[in-house]
Amino acid sequence: MTNSNEPMLTVSSSPHIRCKQTTSSIMQNVVIALLPALFVAGYVFGIKALLIVAICVASCVLSEALIEKLMKKPITISDWSAVVTGVLLGFNMPVNAPWWMCIVGSVFAIGIVKQCFGGLGHNFINPALAARAFLLASWPTHMTGTAFIPTADTYTTATPLGLLKEGGNLSAMPSNMDLFLGLNGVYGSIGEISALALIIGGVYLIVRGVISWRIPTVYLATVAVLSVCFGKDPIFMLCSGGLMLGAFFMATDYVSSPSTPKGQIIYAFGCGLMTMIIRMVGGYPEGVSYSILLMNVAAPLIERFTKPRIYGAPIKEKKAKKIQEGGASND
Amino acid sequence: MGKFKNFTNGLVKENPTFRLLLGMCPTLAVTTAALNGLGMGLATTVVLIGSNVVISALRKVIPDEIRIPAFVVIIASFVTIVGMVLQAYVPSLYSTLGIYIPLIVVNCIIMGRAEAFAFSHPVFDSLLDGAGMGLGFTMSLTVLGSIREIIGAGTIFGVQIMSSGYEPALIFIMAPGAFLTLGLSIGLINKITEIIERKKAVKEDELA
Repeated sequence: MTNSNEPMLTVSSSPHIRCKQTTSSIMQNVVIALLPALFVAGYVFGIKALLIVAICVASCVLSEALIEKLMKKPITISDWSAVVTGVLLGFNMPVNAPWWMCIVGSVFAIGIVKQCFGGLGHNFINPALAARAFLLASWPTHMTGTAFIPTADTYTTATPLGLLKEGGNLSAMPSNMDLFLGLNGVYGSIGEISALALIIGGVYLIVRGVISWRIPTVYLATVAVLSVCFGKDPIFMLCSGGLMLGAFFMATDYVSSPSTPKGQIIYAFGCGLMTMIIRMVGGYPEGVSYSILLMNVAAPLIERFTKPRIYGAPIKEKKAKKIQEGGASND
Repeated sequence: MGKFKNFTNGLVKENPTFRLLLGMCPTLAVTTAALNGLGMGLATTVVLIGSNVVISALRKVIPDEIRIPAFVVIIASFVTIVGMVLQAYVPSLYSTLGIYIPLIVVNCIIMGRAEAFAFSHPVFDSLLDGAGMGLGFTMSLTVLGSIREIIGAGTIFGVQIMSSGYEPALIFIMAPGAFLTLGLSIGLINKITEIIERKKAVKEDELA
């Protein structure tokens, strides 16, 4: 006999089966996946890089809490999403970025891009990337060229992609192995230098089921194939710039990328195509951030055209007509 | 009081930029600096007063069917006058505003006031309405221009006001800055209006 106090039947509304994943567990996994790249950044750039990431994270979390308090909304800093935005923004900063730029960027990412549009799940573009674009347009001198090179190094003056675009001291071009590992004078934004560290993080996320393999794989494959078409070394194109960081961590943002499988493939192909076009014929040396932002904006449209048919839903008019006509002729 | 209301209407309650969202093209394009906003606003005000008065005076003569072409001819005449005056006396402002001076012809505010107000009201009322709307537009453009100039260049009306350590955020004097500033200003004004109206409602409840 069961205890008489225990209810015999519990009635509750759907959903009845819940997934173990929560927003905060997903976001924590993303932070874990970003750690290898953070270690490399600390090793290559020193304490300064870690400090920039820390400022970005702190100001993102603080501005989220403050804005939600001002707007009298529930405070959601415990879901870790602001932390992820902060780390990604920090990863997109050059090592010589002044501290106030980190704060302005974080406030823009959280305040304008995320909260003005309704908070987590409503931002139509990736907050960290939008903030990077905002900073690049506002203070171009702090976001390009020598801003990426630590003051200790007087030999190099540009990032690998910058060298490719503007020419200059081509003997400073690092080898593919250095690019892959991110060592020996490969410079770029704080988090993008080591392809290996980013791949480790990305594979971890795919294995844990946090992101699907589609977006990163199709994105990277498109870039590789197109770089062969343009007559460039695909390994160099894959490992340089922010491509790995973008493909694994920023193009895969749940909110701003399509959720249908077919849509994700179209979206990732678009990102790859746009990246290569900007790198090869555009005015900027690197095109990852703009290509992802542009495809973010296109994501709702892609989703609309790739909506799968719901099981049991009526077939589309054209198909139904065909079936009807076929039946009529049989009569 | 009744006549005066025609004037104040355009300043706050039906402010063309922040309330009616009319004339967005010059608003977004020329407010890169406070002076440009002020110049554009005043040019539009002159055209608006002139066209309102003439259209109102001719409202019994203009046949209903062809009123739009008639409005356009009247407005275009005033725009030409303003354009020539600006070119003669303030050539620097004329060249900064560029194509947006002739484009005042198709400004929604002017056409809108002609259609909605001047064509159905007496001359003096139309004059007040034109002046109010024009000054409201000038005010908004100057405010937007000042905000963008302060953040984007560290100056206001060309005078340095930020300390030399301030590094201006260039984005605010570029196109995205126009949208950011306008959107945030409208949001702020809506919020303030909401608070004022809530207070008013509470007061009326207390009285009742």
